[in-house]
Amino acid sequence: MDNMIIQSKDLSKIYLRGAEKIVAVDSVSIDIKEGEFVSFIGPSGSGKTSLLHLLGCLDNPDQGELIVDVFSIMKDGKSLSEKKLTPIRRDLFGYIFQKFYLIPTLTVKENILLPYAFMPRNGERQSAEAIAEKLGLAHRLTHLPKELSGGEMQRVAIARALINKPKILLADEPTGNLDSKRSDEIAGILSDLNKEDQITIILVTHNPVLAAKAGRIIELEDGRIRD
Amino acid sequence: MPGISGIAYKNLRRKRLRSVLTVFGIALSTWVLVSLFGFNKGYEASLNKDIDNLGFQVLLTAKGCPYEAATLMLQGGKGLRYMPEGIVDSLKTNPEVDELTPMLMQTVFDVNKGEEGGVVGYLGIDPQTYPKMKTYLKFNQGNWFTQNDAMEAVMGYEAAELEQREVGDMILIPEKEIEVKIVGVLKRSGTQDDGTIFLPYKTVQQIFGLPGQLTSVGIKVNKSVDITAYEEELYKIPDVQVVSMAQVKNTISNLVSTARVMVMSIAIIAILIAMVGVINTILMSVLERYQEIGIMKSMGATTAHIFRLIWFETIMLCFAGGVIGSAMSAVLGKVTDSVIRYILPYAPTGSLVRIDLALVVRAIGIIVAIGLFSGIYPALRAARIRPIEAIRSADGEF
Ligand SMILES: Nc1ncnc2c1ncn2[C@@H]1O[C@H](COP(=O)(O)OP(=O)(O)OP(=O)(O)O)[C@@H](O)[C@H]1O
Ligand SMILES: [Mg+2]
Repeated sequence: MDNMIIQSKDLSKIYLRGAEKIVAVDSVSIDIKEGEFVSFIGPSGSGKTSLLHLLGCLDNPDQGELIVDVFSIMKDGKSLSEKKLTPIRRDLFGYIFQKFYLIPTLTVKENILLPYAFMPRNGERQSAEAIAEKLGLAHRLTHLPKELSGGEMQRVAIARALINKPKILLADEPTGNLDSKRSDEIAGILSDLNKEDQITIILVTHNPVLAAKAGRIIELEDGRIRD
Repeated sequence: MPGISGIAYKNLRRKRLRSVLTVFGIALSTWVLVSLFGFNKGYEASLNKDIDNLGFQVLLTAKGCPYEAATLMLQGGKGLRYMPEGIVDSLKTNPEVDELTPMLMQTVFDVNKGEEGGVVGYLGIDPQTYPKMKTYLKFNQGNWFTQNDAMEAVMGYEAAELEQREVGDMILIPEKEIEVKIVGVLKRSGTQDDGTIFLPYKTVQQIFGLPGQLTSVGIKVNKSVDITAYEEELYKIPDVQVVSMAQVKNTISNLVSTARVMVMSIAIIAILIAMVGVINTILMSVLERYQEIGIMKSMGATTAHIFRLIWFETIMLCFAGGVIGSAMSAVLGKVTDSVIRYILPYAPTGSLVRIDLALVVRAIGIIVAIGLFSGIYPALRAARIRPIEAIRSADGEF
């Protein structure tokens, strides 16, 4: 059997909007193998983002179980504390969002290396140049984010997500702000990362072309997986 | 790659005007603080120096006799009382006494002074003992009297200046119609002596017909002596009053402490304003960066990292403000001096505000400490941001 990197069982997320309960993720059981490329599709409000945040340890589930790598994130109705989640997020995950969240005062190179500011000094480090080269940003390293195109900004965000060599890359609508040409570029990059570096990728998208790059497509509706 | 402090620094440059204004506010309160410290130090020292310059710690005057030239002038030169010269010899036997100097003050009305005439005062001194007590008196021209009863005068700097006198000139003592020769003009000393005309006291006794009379005796007490106890002794001598310079100093100090409380309150208000400014600036900058901070946390920034990031920003603002404020207070020392002089009821002649490195270091220390304190709340707010909230909050924005 292949190594499972994420396993969830009956995982749920419930929001309260006033007195109204919104079950954004409804008893989702899902296993993701190491090195897999999975994409979540589904209509707006179907719970894609909510589920991604749960699997990526960004948000606490309300019910169910969740194991990521060797860590038991949620068990017996209790989830790990924020303090324990921090190093797990740092060491296992890279996150990319529709918005790029680059720090406007830092150069491209500094943005890429930003995660290292929050890491112990003795850890192994990659050079920003190597990653930038790979993502076609080599000539942009000294620029500020405002001097870049949208596609370039997203590539910087990807480089930043990759700098700590995550096992899992989570991407929520990474091409949502980009035109189709740039979207294809990003899709190509994600696909390469999965094939060449065996990074596990979970991608949320509305874009069928992008979703098709994944090895497995999971369709959500009303917080549940549709078979 | 910038560390946390580098990121903090770059962030301050993002909203440059806001940072500059905050730094300016901190600089102003540092200025107030440094000046206040410097004042506490300088005022005390200058006052002490003024009083030491008197040369004697105790002044003995005939009962009811004004002991200050200024008071005497105000009273129109009336009200002088005398005590017998013999008192000097009896005081000399006291073991507490280091030095003694007899003095005889006199005034005359000079019809030629000003438009309506005015009072002119003469201080009769003993050329043997007086200069020894007032070692700071230096001559511009000439020297002290040639003899104990010479018909000679020495003029204080301003007195000479006012009447355009030089050594060798003769001055006429009005009413008495007697001329004395100027043998010395003093340098400016910044004390009352600048406005005084000195004569040998024996000469004054002679001219004014007061043989064997004095108005006051200055007493310099031995170093080891308890002045208060000795003053008690002196009170027992009949028909004299004891003017203690320590008391004078106390009176002035009390007067000034009221002013000091006022200055202190101004300083506290200035610091509070600066503090509110810092909190406001940092808090705004935290709230504006809600998402950025959330993203940093998703990359592994811990609560401590974010706390440090925000705290660094606060420290940098405060440190910059502290340094600029200290520099300001050093450069503007003279201005501060005259402002304080204006506020105070009595100001000694020396510099009122003394600023040195230790003081500056202390003021910057306090400002940075205040900054650290002000930074706690914004830093805690920032450190508590959860990544999910930050990311979610952005959802609706596009
Ligand atoms: N913080 C929240 N508070 C209350 N309800 C929420 C919150 N976040 C999401 N929801 C609700 O949960 C449901 C799932 O939202 P989610 O964002 O996961 O959907 P999505 O599939 O990502 O949609 P989209 O394609 O528009 O991004 C929606 O009904 C949404 O309104
Ligand atoms: Mg979504």
